[in-house]
Amino acid sequence: MKINKNIAISDSGFLLNPATGESFSLNSMGIKVLKLMNEGKDYLEIEKLITNEFDVSNSTFDKDYNDFIGLLQQNHLVETESTKA
Amino acid sequence: MARKLKIAVSGLNAIDSPGPGVAVARGLKEAKSFDSSIIGLSYESLEPGIYLHDLIHKSYQIPYPSVGTETLLERIKYIHSIENIDVIIPNFDAELYSFMKLTSELAAMGINTFLPTIEQFEERHKINLNTFGEKYDIKVPKSKAIMDAGEIYSLHEEFAYPLVVKGKYYDAYIAHNPQQAATFFYKISSKWGLPIIIQQFIKGNEYNVTGLGDGNGNMIAAVPMRKQYITDKGKAWGGISINDEKMLELTQHFLSSTKWRGPFELELMKDAEGDFYLMEINPRMPAWIYLAVGVGQNIPEAIVNLALGEDVKAFKTFLTSKMFIRYSWDMIVDIKEFEQIASYGEL
Repeated sequence: MKINKNIAISDSGFLLNPATGESFSLNSMGIKVLKLMNEGKDYLEIEKLITNEFDVSNSTFDKDYNDFIGLLQQNHLVETESTKA
Repeated sequence: MARKLKIAVSGLNAIDSPGPGVAVARGLKEAKSFDSSIIGLSYESLEPGIYLHDLIHKSYQIPYPSVGTETLLERIKYIHSIENIDVIIPNFDAELYSFMKLTSELAAMGINTFLPTIEQFEERHKINLNTFGEKYDIKVPKSKAIMDAGEIYSLHEEFAYPLVVKGKYYDAYIAHNPQQAATFFYKISSKWGLPIIIQQFIKGNEYNVTGLGDGNGNMIAAVPMRKQYITDKGKAWGGISINDEKMLELTQHFLSSTKWRGPFELELMKDAEGDFYLMEINPRMPAWIYLAVGVGQNIPEAIVNLALGEDVKAFKTFLTSKMFIRYSWDMIVDIKEFEQIASYGEL
């Protein structure tokens, strides 16, 4: 899963969808996860990196990660297999 | 040296529900193909644009549309005798009919306009939106014009609440029950008259496109915008230019099928499925027209050139993700100026 190509992301974590004019602000964890996603890392790789670096259990990460992905999908910010075609 | 044109502009009411005149004047001031001197046409003495002398060089009061076209023509003749106007750009829905009716008289005087035809103006009217949608294959919310508040109590047979209660020219309120609908019926009809339009409520985000059609089905300009900050009157106080292909396709479809002539604003609602509904077609530039100028499509300038019968090349691009943020500004004005416009109808 990757961020849609047309979405602009700044270093500060500001996301802009130029097709809808909607903008979003990510916190530092959001920026980190998104960066890892864009590097092509999958869920398990991201989970490993985050739980190693931060004091967070796998279950908490799992919940927060899925919430985050849900928000990205809800706002049409990510490219899933079904939207790639 | 650039040509010097005298251009008359109305809609100087830069208030909380603003007319586009001041923004149009800004666009004209920035025109590259001519220099302009802007003549303001006002209805009331406190329209702020009258006092913005850097933009509006001289203002004249004109009669309300309800007074009739003959009186308007007489007034325009008087103004023209002093100013020698090249082009008039009317910016109010309510006055457009009069100016469209007077097009040939104005042309005979040497005053040029670039307006929709009366047929186009009537066809896109809110009360005809259903027929318009069917004829041109454009999604529109179900609408019905009513003349009597008594009709509200049988609306539940055709509409689900909430529904939208709209005036024929301006104003719209969301009613959640028949009592609210009746209140809005009286509130709007006392100001704008009848009929009142009842419209299906579409839940979604508001989007707008402003543009310009050449009357032959070609899109001279089109800039889509998403409202970011909406006032309690539903007016955009901030917005952003967006690159939405679907909106541009819809605009092109609107223009090629109606052969719209002149400026316009399409008010659209995007529902949860991503479908656009055409809520209204405003037959003039919107108050946020300066955003179009700011992103590279000087629509007021293009209107003037089309009005003068010149070939105008279609704009191909515009800057996306540019925002407009409106502000209000208190001017300090000497009472003499107010007296001048209030007593003599000129400033």
